[in-house]
Amino acid sequence: MTKILTMVAQRLALGLLTLFVVSLIIFLGIELLPGDLTEAVLGQSATPETVAAFRRELGLDLPPHTRYIEWLGGVLQGDFGKSLANEREISELIGVRFANTLFLAAIAAVISVPLAVTLGVLAALYRNSFFDRSINVVTLSSISFPEFFVAYILILFLAVNANIFPSISNVSADLALWERVYRVMLPALTLTLVVVAHMMRMTRASIINLLASPYIEMANLKGLSRSRIIVHHALPNALAPIINVIVINLAYLVVGVVIVEVVFVYPGLGQLFVDSVIKRDVPVVQASCLIFAATYILLNLTADVLSILSNPRLLHPK
Amino acid sequence: MTEWEHYCKLLECGKISRREFMSRTAALGLTTALATSLAAKAATAATPKKGGTLRLGIGHGSTTDTLDPATYENLYIQSLGGAVHNKLTEVGNSGDLVPELAESWEPSVEFHNGKTLDADDVVASINHHRGEDSKSAAKPIVDPIADIKADGKDTVVFTMKTGNADFPFIISDYHLSIMPSKDGKADATSGIGTSGYTIESFEPGVRTKLKRFPNYWKEGRAHFDAAEMLVIVDVAARTNALTTGEIDAMDRVDLKTAHLLARNKNVKIVETSGTAHYTFAMRTDTAPFDNNDVRLALKYALDREALLKSILRGHGVIGNDHPIGLSNRYHASASDLPQRKYDVDKAKFHLKKAGLSNLKVDLSAADAAFAGAVDAAVLYKEHAAKAGIEINVVREPNDGYWSNVWLKKPWCAVYWGGRPTEDWMFSTAYAAGAPWNDSFWEHERFNKLLIEARAELDEAKRRAMYVEMQTIVSNEGGVVVPMFNNYVMGLSKKVQHEKMGSNWSLDGFRAVERWWFG
Repeated sequence: MTKILTMVAQRLALGLLTLFVVSLIIFLGIELLPGDLTEAVLGQSATPETVAAFRRELGLDLPPHTRYIEWLGGVLQGDFGKSLANEREISELIGVRFANTLFLAAIAAVISVPLAVTLGVLAALYRNSFFDRSINVVTLSSISFPEFFVAYILILFLAVNANIFPSISNVSADLALWERVYRVMLPALTLTLVVVAHMMRMTRASIINLLASPYIEMANLKGLSRSRIIVHHALPNALAPIINVIVINLAYLVVGVVIVEVVFVYPGLGQLFVDSVIKRDVPVVQASCLIFAATYILLNLTADVLSILSNPRLLHPK
Repeated sequence: MTEWEHYCKLLECGKISRREFMSRTAALGLTTALATSLAAKAATAATPKKGGTLRLGIGHGSTTDTLDPATYENLYIQSLGGAVHNKLTEVGNSGDLVPELAESWEPSVEFHNGKTLDADDVVASINHHRGEDSKSAAKPIVDPIADIKADGKDTVVFTMKTGNADFPFIISDYHLSIMPSKDGKADATSGIGTSGYTIESFEPGVRTKLKRFPNYWKEGRAHFDAAEMLVIVDVAARTNALTTGEIDAMDRVDLKTAHLLARNKNVKIVETSGTAHYTFAMRTDTAPFDNNDVRLALKYALDREALLKSILRGHGVIGNDHPIGLSNRYHASASDLPQRKYDVDKAKFHLKKAGLSNLKVDLSAADAAFAGAVDAAVLYKEHAAKAGIEINVVREPNDGYWSNVWLKKPWCAVYWGGRPTEDWMFSTAYAAGAPWNDSFWEHERFNKLLIEARAELDEAKRRAMYVEMQTIVSNEGGVVVPMFNNYVMGLSKKVQHEKMGSNWSLDGFRAVERWWFG
């Protein structure tokens, strides 16, 4: 067990280093983009004097390294600063949006993970049957369409024609939990359709992979039922790769859903991030990137820890 | 749609005058009395009813929006400004100027925070855009003000650098919102105004909730109990939200599918033709655009009708190479200034006059300039090819278009929201040395007329001057103006309104204040 704790500590330290590098790369990246916030905000109405005055007000006339070091100093003290565009505290600005993103990801995960694993197990159980093939065709088709297309199809059938769910996910903090779940159902279903195939196929493949091994043959010869063999004997050994794929998909649900957010007008972090990049609002971009990077780091770490825990050989190395 | 319904529509969106309506419907065999009553019906709907929550879906808006009028930069925040703030004057729904705060000080006007409006607030609000530290997009607009000071509690004295008959129009600009002052400075970021609605919550890039302000000074306005303004940038999402009843009105209808949306029995399409227009601006200080014959050749080498049909799907009117729209007071009619047509022979003639047998030019475009700008440029290329002009369409990135392409590249696509007065439009983009003179154009006679007309109070003389100026810009200026675009909006049938203002989208940004539920 101590081995796991040391690994977690090591990985967290490495994670911090990664975050630092990410922040540096993002900062340099935004510096390389043409224009800055003042020009982006004033747009067609910009004149040299107003741009200069705006830059003075925001401190954008300072050299880049000064601005970066100032920002880093703030972050080390837990202060992410204020948005350059509207002078709101970043923690306040991002907090609500990140909570929304996590909420949508959670709903999508609650639907898609059990669904994918169950379908994967069933597909392995009835391998090469009509059921197996049709599940494969359906999930692979839904992952092959662009997300917005899947979203529009769902809107057409479930919102416009049948009028079961609202076409836009207009959520706000004062809504009751069930009302919120109801309003995010269409984006959650879209995301489910997008991620199920990957997890389902991995579950199916890892189980089938194991079905050829001698110990499964042994179980077969003992006369166990096929479903018992798959759920009790094959699945536990197939968990490690399945967990990895699930976690990658969870990370995707948190950081990669901007298109779904736009189509359903869902106020998540992705839209905020895109807006901030367009307007070159550096502190907000930085904070969002750190959140995205941290999500990946933490979820990867979780995947590794779970893989080790699910595999006695890794848990008790010689 | 029957023919008279069609004329009613045209009358409603101001495309034909009342007189024209009468004569055209008379041709249909309607009696004058019936035509009069129809005209009256088109002009005023039922009497406004109070109550309800208006939900508006707006196709702009960003997380980076701020409540400070100095940096209002998109239709969302501008519409919000229209709902929250009053100005000194207001452009009415027929395009005429009506006083707003400027003449309505008594009985006293109250801000949303309970403060009573006085002259110091006005001075501070205007000064917010002036001076060295101003980051305001409206700085060039208030530049003609030499001095502004309060004279007692309810009088403000503006001293202008030169005579300006249109100044009352200029102070109706959406940037020049009147805000409460605190220690001589305007409180620009709290969103406190004097209008009929207070901000209950503002989530930039998501939504704003507005509540009716019970102490609003204006009579017969602000009918909704509350309003919710949603940022819905994706046009398909906006359309779906309207057809499924999630919102009551949307702006920027997708022109490609507008006719399909109109078939929905709960939705009506409303459009207004204002001053917004598209241009292709040439830098007249750069070869070959410094030669007026080259410019004329390019102006004759464009088929405006084709552009209007394919880019705007007919939701607009063709331009005549000057920026003054049909809704402007001194628009030069076809008898004053003939409409320029696609004429390959004339284009060739001017090309020859410029001493060229063929011409090769770059045209920079991106959809950031206006929706369909790249397609428009490609069509232009096809039209011009027939006159021996080779246009190389350069597709520029949307990102940073206004800072890296506009005012920099020799020839590029541009969008103008337009201005309610001729002087304002010309001084913004055509006067010598103006920061947004995107054709870098200098014309002695034009600039002389511009200053004279500004101070001229005689209507007839003024009209003659502005017509001459439009003629000069059309024949010698550096911009090709292919067309004026309509503001096309989708409204639920339960939303009622009077004649819709055409100076900006959404009833001149006053939808929340002017509309009601029937």
